[in-house]
Amino acid sequence: MIGALALLGPVLPGGVPTPSALRPAAPQAAGLESLWWFMLWTCTAVFLVVLAVLAYAMLRPRTEEPPARRAAEIITAAAAVSVVILFAFLIATMATSRKNPNEPRPTDRIVQIIGHQWWWEVHYPGARPDELVISANEIHLPAGRDVVLDLTSADVIHSFWAPNLHGKRDLIPGRHNFFRLRPENVGTYRGQCAEFCGYQHAHMGFIVFVESPDKFEEYLASQRKPAAEPVSADASRGRQVFLTNPCVTCHTIRGTGASGTNAPDLTHLASRRTIAAATVDNTAGHLGGWIADSQGVKPGNHMPPHLVSSEDLLALVAYLRSLS
Amino acid sequence: MRIRNELALLAAAAVLAASTTAACRRNARQLRDRASSASIPQSIAVSELQGGPYTPPVTVQNPYEGNAYGISEGQRLYEWYNCGGCHFRGGGGIGPPLMDRDWIYGGQPVNIFASIIEGRPNGMPSWRGRIPTNQVWQIVAYVESLDADRRIAAPPGAREEHLQAREGRPSR
Repeated sequence: MIGALALLGPVLPGGVPTPSALRPAAPQAAGLESLWWFMLWTCTAVFLVVLAVLAYAMLRPRTEEPPARRAAEIITAAAAVSVVILFAFLIATMATSRKNPNEPRPTDRIVQIIGHQWWWEVHYPGARPDELVISANEIHLPAGRDVVLDLTSADVIHSFWAPNLHGKRDLIPGRHNFFRLRPENVGTYRGQCAEFCGYQHAHMGFIVFVESPDKFEEYLASQRKPAAEPVSADASRGRQVFLTNPCVTCHTIRGTGASGTNAPDLTHLASRRTIAAATVDNTAGHLGGWIADSQGVKPGNHMPPHLVSSEDLLALVAYLRSLS
Repeated sequence: MRIRNELALLAAAAVLAASTTAACRRNARQLRDRASSASIPQSIAVSELQGGPYTPPVTVQNPYEGNAYGISEGQRLYEWYNCGGCHFRGGGGIGPPLMDRDWIYGGQPVNIFASIIEGRPNGMPSWRGRIPTNQVWQIVAYVESLDADRRIAAPPGAREEHLQAREGRPSR
């Protein structure tokens, strides 16, 4: 039934299903889901008992006053039951946490995630420094393998939350938080910043792609390549526009002179499904609109407005669309 | 007599209320600022020494003068564009200090603007076409605020400026 409800939900950018902690795709999320159901049913039972006692108290014939001592006994018993239930919750929560250790082991694959206002920088360190892959707002993970996310932030506190995979974990400037998960089910999952981080906190989303290990390695290999050389005249001009405008002070396109690191790496921009941190689909129209007036899409974001002629803009979009 | 006292009290309260409201003035944030580069004069005097008859210096107002949002954005951009790589945190090192009153190429906002846009000999690169004009003005507003002796009375901007952290940028 929950699956049917999800189908009725809004279509999210990138064609990703609505996130839900009740459709776990990793054992970590499954543990949290059972904990959630345990708490829900226990609280429901307590609620029903309280209502029943309340109904009895209202309907009971008022013949005589109950002795004060009996009232004290009832209150003590209720308090004791509450304490027992709260301790059960505490123990269940601790048991769930213990099952999800976060410290990285040498065999784990590390994926580093750096939070920015308002996007996610993703690093996949390789065995050698030149095998490092840098991308943004899309996190690819191998199915059935232990992965440790190394979370940190470049500006303010953010929080990583992909409900289908795990709980929340904060990205804190100046420190590294580890988050171990083992995605089991192949699929795409929507994630979201879960700690208020400024103007565009609500538009700080990301997409997790859980793929077979082979496809994951294929992805890394394709991302390691430098940017595609422009083939059309339009795209060539677009590259010229990119390299002679302020774009290069913040963005990187590997294989060109652009090496800014303040904004998302655009080397393989066209391979991504969305732009602006999973806010809009990655289409020519959205891309052009974003360059011409990003403040209309995400007011307050750090991409300044750029004055480029319409021919230059079209060429620029053609070039960026060719960066697969 | 008593009525007069009450009237005086009321007037004092009104004055107090008015001054409090004035103190709570906030900057409206302009998200689509495009400070025009056309307003920048082509030649800007860097000192008052000049040949020929005296010509009064051009005054160009910084659009972010006293604007808290502009100054805090300037601080972010100062780090983003690695101004601190040479000027450090304003104390100078490879490049000249920015906190003091000595300006080699003039200390007026328009001089600082020109130094960033045009570049200067012995190391300062030209940022023309690299940093959008409005961001250059924000950096100018921040650089001016580095002067320890000068009080920058900027009214507070929107709340989330205080969320801007300064330290602990991860190394890349």
